[in-house]
Amino acid sequence: MELFVFVVAAAMVLAGALGVVTRSNPVHAAMSLVLTLFGIAVMFVSHNAHFLAAVQVIVYAGAIVVLFLFVIMLLGVDKAEDLSVEPITNQRPLAAIIGVGISAIVIAAIISSRAGLGASGEGVNETTIDSPDANIRQLARVIFSDNVFAFEITSVLLLVAVVGTVVMARKNKSVGIGK
Amino acid sequence: MSSVIFAIDPMLEGNVLWTPLLIVLVKVLLVFVVGLVATMLMVWFERKVIAGMQNRVGPNKAGPWGILQTLADGIKLFFKEDLIPERSDRFMFRLAPYLALVPAFLAFAIIPLGGDFRDGKGGLVTLFGHQTRLQLADPPVGVLFALAISSIAVYGIMLAGWSSGSKYPLLGAVRASAQMVSYEAALGLSLGAVLLVSGTLSTAGIVNMQSSIGNWNIVATGFVPFVIFLIAATAELNRPPFDLVEAEQELVGGFNTEYSSIRFALFFLAEFMNTVTMSALIVTLFFGGPQPISIGSTTLDIPFIPNAIEGTVWLLLKVLVFLYMYVWFRATLPRFRYDQLMDLGWKILIPGSLGWFMLLAAQRVGRDAGWDQIVVTSVTALVLIGGYGLLLAAQRVSRVNREKDGASF
Repeated sequence: MELFVFVVAAAMVLAGALGVVTRSNPVHAAMSLVLTLFGIAVMFVSHNAHFLAAVQVIVYAGAIVVLFLFVIMLLGVDKAEDLSVEPITNQRPLAAIIGVGISAIVIAAIISSRAGLGASGEGVNETTIDSPDANIRQLARVIFSDNVFAFEITSVLLLVAVVGTVVMARKNKSVGIGK
Repeated sequence: MSSVIFAIDPMLEGNVLWTPLLIVLVKVLLVFVVGLVATMLMVWFERKVIAGMQNRVGPNKAGPWGILQTLADGIKLFFKEDLIPERSDRFMFRLAPYLALVPAFLAFAIIPLGGDFRDGKGGLVTLFGHQTRLQLADPPVGVLFALAISSIAVYGIMLAGWSSGSKYPLLGAVRASAQMVSYEAALGLSLGAVLLVSGTLSTAGIVNMQSSIGNWNIVATGFVPFVIFLIAATAELNRPPFDLVEAEQELVGGFNTEYSSIRFALFFLAEFMNTVTMSALIVTLFFGGPQPISIGSTTLDIPFIPNAIEGTVWLLLKVLVFLYMYVWFRATLPRFRYDQLMDLGWKILIPGSLGWFMLLAAQRVGRDAGWDQIVVTSVTALVLIGGYGLLLAAQRVSRVNREKDGASF
């Protein structure tokens, strides 16, 4: 059963990822991305990480890709791209080399650390009818005790990004409208 | 590993037997049918009540009091010609109605539809020798499931508007996506207050905590999260006074202008289904769901009905109040202007729900640490008032800057 769920979810993830790269229409590509994100959420659920699955759907599928689509629609770039034109010269051979290189590094990392894969850590709590929140409690305790500094620093980073975007997007006052 | 497939219903973990499987199948069928019938009756109810408020008769031909009018309309729509505009994106155009409909049905699955929550029974009823809840699924993420589903629902509307290949539906879709993403934040933050007080995510657990009116979350969270949730839910549903998405006077019909026949009917169905689900969710979160009304230790008991069924009656009565309220909104309130909508969402509801959440959290920390509640509350309130003052000052500065730049808004 676990294998079946994995195969279906993996097929969703891969089909979506291929779609993002190959579809020439940006909206179709964004929808393929949603398929990938859902596949990952299914994998989270099959590993009893229900909270991560929910957050995956709420944040990525529900907010980020919606923003992508919003921008695509608002800017009117929803025309099919001509994939035969290369905006950057030699883009494709370079991309192929980098892709192969990254795959090689990932595979090498997996092979070299295979000894550690068998060892199992504490893992997430199996949720039961008596305490369906065990999973979330555990996650919250880890985030807000051991990793609270990293967590807060990440939120500051996001805030900096927001403020930076606003500052950079502001028009220069001297070339404002009507001047 | 059978627990994976039924991971969404922890009742079934361990051994797969025919009885629990049958119970789940019956539940799925029941929830589907209840959803459809409730939606059908809601459409009729809305038309009838609005007609009453406007001194009209309303639907009165099909069936007694016109109660079968929706069924007749549905059958009529089913047999109409199905048009697909030439400039549309055919695949997305066909997909969009289902993306709107499926989330509407899924969200209904986590609502506790009944059960006996008295005397610490926790809503469990015994069916054919198996303990089960009168709700389709009680996933470990509980209410977050509803949030996830409502964040998916926006795709149906967005893609419908975009794939039509026409200007007005696209405008409707852009409005819809901005509105639904904005108000989802307020919805989630006001939900946070409920989760903080209940200490659990499970809908059955949240209902179980609200045993008497004093424990109802509307009282326990201090009323403000309820108001914010109600406003944000109305905006999330695209119902009046937040129905800019389908403002007929400006956008012909909004995102669904180019749709006809059964595809249009699916959007219509999803919209009313969402209204019913959201009302049930409000009742579950703030008004004790299927719990009977009880003050202190005296419980209002409906005579001659077993406790297990009484829960469903109470839920129905409470949901009806909110359905009536939504109809009332539509009949009386004028539509918001777009900038008013965004101001309300971003400058009032989100800071408000965030501030209230902090107040509740501070009180909770103070209680655990044994601090004086009055001091904790007043200090937090002062900090929040100071923060809101800073926010107002920032808004004033940015308005002055905008006007200096020559902007007229």
